[in-house]
Amino acid sequence: MTIRRLLIANRGEIAVRIVRACRGLGIESILAAADPDLRSTAARLADRTVRIGAVRSYLDVERIVAAARLTGAEAIHPGYGFLAENPALPRACEAAGIGFVGPTAEQLEAVGDKLRARSHALAAGLPVVPGGEVPDTAAGAALARELGFPLLIKAVGGGGGRGMKRVDDSAALEAAMATAMAEARGAFGDARLYLERYVLGGRHVEVQLLGDGEGVIHLGERDCSVQRRYQKLVEEAPAPGLDPELRARIHEAAVRFGEHLGYRGAGTVEFLVAAGDFHFLEMNARIQVEHPVTEAVTGIDLVEQQIAIAEGRPLALTQEDVRLTGHAIECRINAEDDDFRPSPGTVRRAAFPVGPGIRVDTHLARGADVPPFYDSLLAKLIVSGADRAEALDRLDGALARCTVEGVATNLAFHARVVAHPEFRTGGVDTAWLSSS
Amino acid sequence: MDLSPEDVAEILRAIDGAEVDELRLETARFRLELRRTGAGWVQESEVLGEPEIVELEVEEDGPATAAGWAPVDGLHDVLAPLPGTFYRATDPGAPPLVEVGDEVDEDTVVGLLETMKLFNSVHAGVRGTVAEFCVANAATAEQGAVLVRVRPA
Repeated sequence: MTIRRLLIANRGEIAVRIVRACRGLGIESILAAADPDLRSTAARLADRTVRIGAVRSYLDVERIVAAARLTGAEAIHPGYGFLAENPALPRACEAAGIGFVGPTAEQLEAVGDKLRARSHALAAGLPVVPGGEVPDTAAGAALARELGFPLLIKAVGGGGGRGMKRVDDSAALEAAMATAMAEARGAFGDARLYLERYVLGGRHVEVQLLGDGEGVIHLGERDCSVQRRYQKLVEEAPAPGLDPELRARIHEAAVRFGEHLGYRGAGTVEFLVAAGDFHFLEMNARIQVEHPVTEAVTGIDLVEQQIAIAEGRPLALTQEDVRLTGHAIECRINAEDDDFRPSPGTVRRAAFPVGPGIRVDTHLARGADVPPFYDSLLAKLIVSGADRAEALDRLDGALARCTVEGVATNLAFHARVVAHPEFRTGGVDTAWLSSS
Repeated sequence: MDLSPEDVAEILRAIDGAEVDELRLETARFRLELRRTGAGWVQESEVLGEPEIVELEVEEDGPATAAGWAPVDGLHDVLAPLPGTFYRATDPGAPPLVEVGDEVDEDTVVGLLETMKLFNSVHAGVRGTVAEFCVANAATAEQGAVLVRVRPA
């Protein structure tokens, strides 16, 4: 299949990113936009925009497929979030004879449920963090005795950092499990929980994969350890100071996992790296927010690759074709104030740096609405250099040249993170941000 | 057609060596401003072309607006502190937190408001009886919209 017309079922910066990829490939771009986004940058850039209705329409499989049918789109790109990892979308696409830019429904199911993903990891011979499912608080208490504290409560249906809770002692366990169960039922429609040993001093390292259903290659790793409440804020590639032998083992484990699934599409295998060892965390079966850092160090356009794979083409790249050069760092610029509270509103002015080694992915412009209904990502600033020192140097100047007026942003926060001596040294762990 | 980031980079290369500190381009389709600062170049851009919109036929209610609800004598208005999505229950399967006729006090949670993926509790703010819901479950509310009305005791 050749895709000549693609429906983009997303919004914000990733919708802009995909429209631009379409333009580069000569594909007609059709944006599915909910009412708050009808005049967004992505809507203005896309060849056409389908109005799909109210705020939550991005989560409506029927509407998205109907929008593709109405406009004669041959395939749907779900971006990240919303329906990206919902197997119902590829199923509905298949029934409607429309292509899906992403993995198969079975692969989404295999990794969408954390317990199932964990058993696939074990089957593929990957190390997992000690833990298991806990049907009730009594089972939780028994497993907690085995695992010791601190530990993490995770929602089986969670992901992307949502549905996790750290518990430091047995006294707090029962109440935390009850809350987590209620939250998980509300947020994911699945109250199941599992407990995992909390690995102290762990770094979040993830490996970018591309697969065509036959073979799988990796595009190196990203370090996403700078997190607040399990939400990534700064990502970089390669992971600073990672032992080369350990790095190679992590890459190899990720590829093995992808091969085990017969993976098709772009995906990311996440690992926790601590004390010279690593454990499988989860797989994200979609394009990720932080994909540009990988693009910066490989020169490979991941969205183009996704589209080629969705067209049924075999991977045009071999592992040997993937060359990693230099270093790249991304800062997620969010609409939130100094206390991390969301800050929706209307942008009066948005100015960003431009120059060698600087990329800004954003949907912001003067007059743009930042609606309160969606996540708070405004822009991604990605800098790259011949090495980490040059990238950091560029990042300092680039951050200073970002101006967003009209909504509060975390730009000042990023300036503090990037200036911190421990971040400059590199290799901070996931607890670093909250402890410093 | 707008300017791609590659186009902007090319323009920048052309003017970087010249004695130019500012460039403004505006057409019917886009606006681009490039400005030289001490730390390097800054850009402001905007896509001006109007979107070409195709309508998909859907049926639904619009968001509640702050203006749509006149005050009612003797009733206390519980307002949306932020714009967001209003929920009457903590999870989709659960019964509503309160129903019309329920007795509440100042701190009773009468609903949840989701703003940018953060959930905030909505409190009754007054002791009394729930009189009416002005926003349906899972509907969007503008900031200052009346969510619930309470008849003070």
